[in-house]
Amino acid sequence: MSGLVETFKDEALELLQELEAALLELEESPEDSAAIDRVFRALHTLKGSGGLAGFENVAGFCHEAETVFEQVRSGERQVDQDLVSLTLSAQDHLKGMILAEFGADGIDDELTAELVAAFQALRPFQEEKQPVVTTGFKTRKSDQVTYRVRFRPEPNLFRQGVQPQFLLSELVRLGEAVVVAQLDAIPPLEKLDPEECWVYWDILLTTDQDEDDIRDVFIFVEDDCELVIQQIDDGSRLDQPGDYKRIGEILVERGDLTNEDLEKYLKEKKRLGETLIEKGVVDESKLQSALLEQERVQVLRRERTANDAMESIRVKSDRLDKLVNLVGEMVTVQARLTQFANSRVDAELLAVAEEVERLTWDLRDQVLTIRMLPIGGTFTRFKRLVRDLGAEVSKEVILVSEGGETELDKTVIDQLNDPLVHLVRNSIGHGIEPPGIRQAIGKTAKGQITLSARHSGANVMLTVADDGAGLDVARIRAKAIEKGLISNQAELSDREICALIFEPGLSTAEQVSNLSGRGVGMDVVRQAIDALRGSIEVHSEVGQGTTFTIKLPLTLAIIDGLLIDIAKDHYVLPLSAVEECVELTRAESEQTHGRNLIKIRGEIVPYVRLRDEFRVDGQCPDIEQVVIVKLDGIRVGFVVDHVVGEHQTVIKNLGRMYQDVDGVSGATILGDGRVALILDLPQLASHAEACEKQALH
Amino acid sequence: MSKRVMTVDDSATVRQVLQMTLEAAGYEVLEAVDGADALNKLTTETVDMMVTDLNMPNMDGISLIKEVRQNPGNRFMPIVMLTTESQPEKKQEGKAAGASGWIVKPFKPEQLLAVVRMVCPT
Repeated sequence: MSGLVETFKDEALELLQELEAALLELEESPEDSAAIDRVFRALHTLKGSGGLAGFENVAGFCHEAETVFEQVRSGERQVDQDLVSLTLSAQDHLKGMILAEFGADGIDDELTAELVAAFQALRPFQEEKQPVVTTGFKTRKSDQVTYRVRFRPEPNLFRQGVQPQFLLSELVRLGEAVVVAQLDAIPPLEKLDPEECWVYWDILLTTDQDEDDIRDVFIFVEDDCELVIQQIDDGSRLDQPGDYKRIGEILVERGDLTNEDLEKYLKEKKRLGETLIEKGVVDESKLQSALLEQERVQVLRRERTANDAMESIRVKSDRLDKLVNLVGEMVTVQARLTQFANSRVDAELLAVAEEVERLTWDLRDQVLTIRMLPIGGTFTRFKRLVRDLGAEVSKEVILVSEGGETELDKTVIDQLNDPLVHLVRNSIGHGIEPPGIRQAIGKTAKGQITLSARHSGANVMLTVADDGAGLDVARIRAKAIEKGLISNQAELSDREICALIFEPGLSTAEQVSNLSGRGVGMDVVRQAIDALRGSIEVHSEVGQGTTFTIKLPLTLAIIDGLLIDIAKDHYVLPLSAVEECVELTRAESEQTHGRNLIKIRGEIVPYVRLRDEFRVDGQCPDIEQVVIVKLDGIRVGFVVDHVVGEHQTVIKNLGRMYQDVDGVSGATILGDGRVALILDLPQLASHAEACEKQALH
Repeated sequence: MSKRVMTVDDSATVRQVLQMTLEAAGYEVLEAVDGADALNKLTTETVDMMVTDLNMPNMDGISLIKEVRQNPGNRFMPIVMLTTESQPEKKQEGKAAGASGWIVKPFKPEQLLAVVRMVCPT
């Protein structure tokens, strides 16, 4: 493209000369409309060419001057000495801008800004056009939808150089199409003008594109034709596959038959089609086209149902739950078998046990995937919610979703709805600013909320992000001090302060609105996420927006655990949180003078002694193990006697009696029939932290 | 035989972009610098379609389209006009004069080709 830049340089310098000459003429006779035109055209051409040649700065700068001269041209403004001088200095500056690209001195950005401001000051205040936001909820394109398109151009179509066959072939390219030409409007031969187009077309189009894409094909002729696009089949699953509208209904919908006529001729005993043609109410090609539509949709629907039937069957979800439970039991028994086989010296038994183990794991994975559903369905429901809630508080908000195909356990998705609603409500209530404020600070009037999902190892990460004001750290801090959540002197990072919004009773909204701000909420959200064995984090930037990140396990029923023991009792830690295991000698723990800290590769990591936490008596071994886990981005150690190893854990809840016990999230049955408690690490860590704080005060 | 496109624009930069894009897509390009030049060339040359700017010295695009349509041989030739975002009213004026479609400047090569192919496939 270097040739293009050279061409532009030559052209631009010529245009600038022309601009200068025209301006000087204008100075002598400010009313000279020919000179005004020349100035305008020079600026206009320079803007257009600049944009094409990649000189956006030149194009943008010319635009400012052009706008003012457009007013001059339309008589809204008089040319005066100041305008001529200003434009002359702009002309000099433009020359500099263009030559800067060819090794001359750099561009004086200050001068650019000054001149732009001067031009802008000249034109009356106008609201800037908002850039069109193109991102948004696009209809999902994977579904094949069938449209009925009637394209009836005005007779003078040919005279505009438009050839309908090109438009039709463009349309056919969008999907599978059947085109029927309708000839009934063609006048008798003696009246026919061959330069006029009297044919019109019915097209049945099955496509994954949406209506706008179809309209785009006809964009140049849209004003000079009758274009009717009707969706006649949405590609969804149907209970009555072969069913479609009656022929009369189709004709009425197309406007080829009136309702009265339909009623009238239905009464006749003969077939409707025959009657209609006999009476001359509908001509044959229209009837053919309608019949074709009926047949096509029926075929499509039957095919789809047949495909669906092959791909899926419906099963009640409680049956699935039972299946999952049974697999859980089986995993337990299999673990027992493996343990038993390992204790015998029997190669045959061991071989069988290993085979069973392999099959069981396979079975487990398969069964769990049955319950997986894409989260997109949940996202779609939020679109409406966002719209309505936004309207309630007079804010315009659009929802963008990403990763809707990410799959999660059905039970997780069900329980996720409320927390997500809450977060979205909060974003609309607190996060997104009113349109006036947004515009004043240079944002688009429409706010945006992004829901996204993606896989990350054994977890799914969900984010709810808005482009609003962000969290007010100072206010949260003040509120937290007021509520006694933190002390006056507490030195907290912004991140830690933001995390305080999940504490009960903290709401910084000045006005309690319908939407949010009662201070119950964020802690409820966290509880709900905790219940799903997930975690939630918030990240916020002032003026940029707030992002909530929810980390969830793929499934609830079975987890990979790390089996440890303390004084002969077994416990299970969720393996997904575990980062590493290190040894802790007695000498090391005594060095830290009673503070529970361990140095790992130069990093100080706090730890929790589970022996102390569970008040287990007796002597701990000389060398203990520290299991390092990551909780909310912070590394914490848990001291245990021994690490036994990885363990497939089927989670059993503790029943109602023990549901409020802190630090334990469930139990599991080990291979030998013993029960091991599953530890709730975040709770244990925060409990230990609270105890230590108390001890220090 | 490749299709022949006449490009009409007073800006050499725009003409060059049009030429490079269209030739790369297999079209033959004939250039004119304004409306009068285009009309003059059309007396001796035939083209399959025309892409023309609107704001030009000597003869503007709208007058050019009207003139071209006067010639019976060119009555059905596709004519695409180059408009800018700041003049949406020009689209209607151009269509009334007989233009087949429009391209909004500044355009990307693929946008140009999409429009040209729609009215005059290679």
